[in-house]
Amino acid sequence: MNIEFEQKVFPNQRQSEQELAEIALHIRRDIIKSLALAQSGHSGGPLGSSDIFATMYFGGYMRYKPEDMQWEGRDRFVLSAGHMCPVMYATLANAGCFPKAELATLRKYNTRLQGHPGRDMGLPGVETSSGSLGQGISIAVGMAMSDKLLDKNDRRVFSLTGDGELQEGSVWEAAMAASHFKLDNFCWIIDNNDCQIDGRIKEVLDVYPIDEKCKSFGFDTVVVDGHNFTELMGAFDRFLENQKNNTGKPTAIIAKTYMGHGVSFMNDNYKWHGMPPSVEQAQQALAELV
Amino acid sequence: MQELTLLGSKPTRHGFGEGLVTLGERHDNVVVLGGDITGSVMTSLFKDKFPDRFFSIGIAEQNATTIAAGLALSGKIPFFASYGAFCALRNADQLRISVCYNEANVKIGGGHAGISVGPDGATHQVLEEVAFLRTLPHMTMIVPCDYLEAKKATIAMGEKVGPAYIRFGRSPVPLFTTEDTPFEIGKAQVFREGNDIALIANGALVWESMLAATELAKKGIQARVINCPSIKPFDVETVVNAARECGAIVTAEEHQVHGGLGGAVAEVTAKNAPVPVEFVGVRDSFGGSGEPEELMVKFGLTWKEIYASALVAMERRDKGSSGYRQVKDVEQFS
Repeated sequence: MNIEFEQKVFPNQRQSEQELAEIALHIRRDIIKSLALAQSGHSGGPLGSSDIFATMYFGGYMRYKPEDMQWEGRDRFVLSAGHMCPVMYATLANAGCFPKAELATLRKYNTRLQGHPGRDMGLPGVETSSGSLGQGISIAVGMAMSDKLLDKNDRRVFSLTGDGELQEGSVWEAAMAASHFKLDNFCWIIDNNDCQIDGRIKEVLDVYPIDEKCKSFGFDTVVVDGHNFTELMGAFDRFLENQKNNTGKPTAIIAKTYMGHGVSFMNDNYKWHGMPPSVEQAQQALAELV
Repeated sequence: MQELTLLGSKPTRHGFGEGLVTLGERHDNVVVLGGDITGSVMTSLFKDKFPDRFFSIGIAEQNATTIAAGLALSGKIPFFASYGAFCALRNADQLRISVCYNEANVKIGGGHAGISVGPDGATHQVLEEVAFLRTLPHMTMIVPCDYLEAKKATIAMGEKVGPAYIRFGRSPVPLFTTEDTPFEIGKAQVFREGNDIALIANGALVWESMLAATELAKKGIQARVINCPSIKPFDVETVVNAARECGAIVTAEEHQVHGGLGGAVAEVTAKNAPVPVEFVGVRDSFGGSGEPEELMVKFGLTWKEIYASALVAMERRDKGSSGYRQVKDVEQFS
């Protein structure tokens, strides 16, 4: 299979909804390509959360310099659901943090694009290693504490968890601390696709109602359609308002998504949680993602 | 070499707490996370002096460990202290991934180590964490022998970049090192010269080894006592020299005989200079309630066991291959 990555990258500025949709399309295409080349990895979550990533990285909510992802003033994103890294890698590549051709090395020997993010590999934009669920959000809380309580700057920290990940008890330890320390500079995004490896969330272990849990843990909680850019931007805008107004409340964005969104035969099917597409399936997916 | 004598008795946790205060005075970016038992692990000293750099995380050791990683990745030097049972093992995965794999500059103080915790009983008497921690890539692990060494070690680990763990105890233990006693991460120190048998110990068992050496000297046996606080990095050179020059070793620690200091010594000698090694430690069992002194006797962690083990190790050495144990005498846990 002859797979080539397009050269096009997108600037980090407040993009229109239409532009965000185009960026998300590029992210999805790159996810499919990298997974097809790896013949290993997770398809469902990355495709389902592409619209969230496009909004977060290109909607003007995160301040970063693609050519210098160690810049001291940057806002930080911690991927708590480490297995979803193909979407983070594709997003960073579309932002110009590293050459898109490197997406072809996903999960390969010596790659900077480890199967689960490895900070030691030094891929620009990867803030932490993650993959053991429930830890990234705590790291993000620690970062937000450092920014707000010690350095007293206006940097922002974002972290995305899955919904199955909410079964890890330490997630709620982190949530408790985020509101205890009044971290209005912290934004928690929950990718609520209602799927995990073994099946539907309710069947494996019911974590609902997520919104009421987040509220009772002290978060300003927004539930949005995770494939609707108007709603996603509204939610991230609200986070910025919370920080600007010193509300003392962290923000939780519960994004209702469909696993595998954008590819008809993967859509809302938990069997695609941890599978890559075959070469034929990848071609079919790319034909749909135009 | 400086002659070491008994100067008094003080818990190692005091050294940790005071060392933290020194670090706080020297470095603005040292911060401390509390896990609700700040008085018993002595982080309360730092809290009182630097309230703006102290954060109470509650009874949530996994979260505290991982928050510490986030702080470290933001340029801070976070210390989190709790009982070793909870800040080395309950949070084991957080230490492995968020701290060590991230190479985050996180420092952990693990208190109430060993059976000398006393009345609290087995749940709180951690005896297994050294075995785990020394297998973690990037980790530094220190087991100080007395109050003053604990203080020096705390300061040293705070000023060395990278994940680090210090193990300390609750009860008063003999104080015998001085300001002049050298301490360096990665180094063991010879506390007593001798070439007949090497006694390699850390924690409270170092003083017991000194007592055993005094008793052995009465029989004309000159024991070399080696204080080995640095479990990782490990002072291979000093241990191998002891193996070559003494030909037999006893290890002593307030930990399971598996995987701790004894395990490290066995690995190093097996590879570089195989000699008979006898292991003094807790023999594959949990602790229990009692007074610290009673428990140290019950679990065989006194100079008497070290003394007896030294005689066995020397006998095995002197017999050469005929000193190999008979199959019927082989113990499953040592």
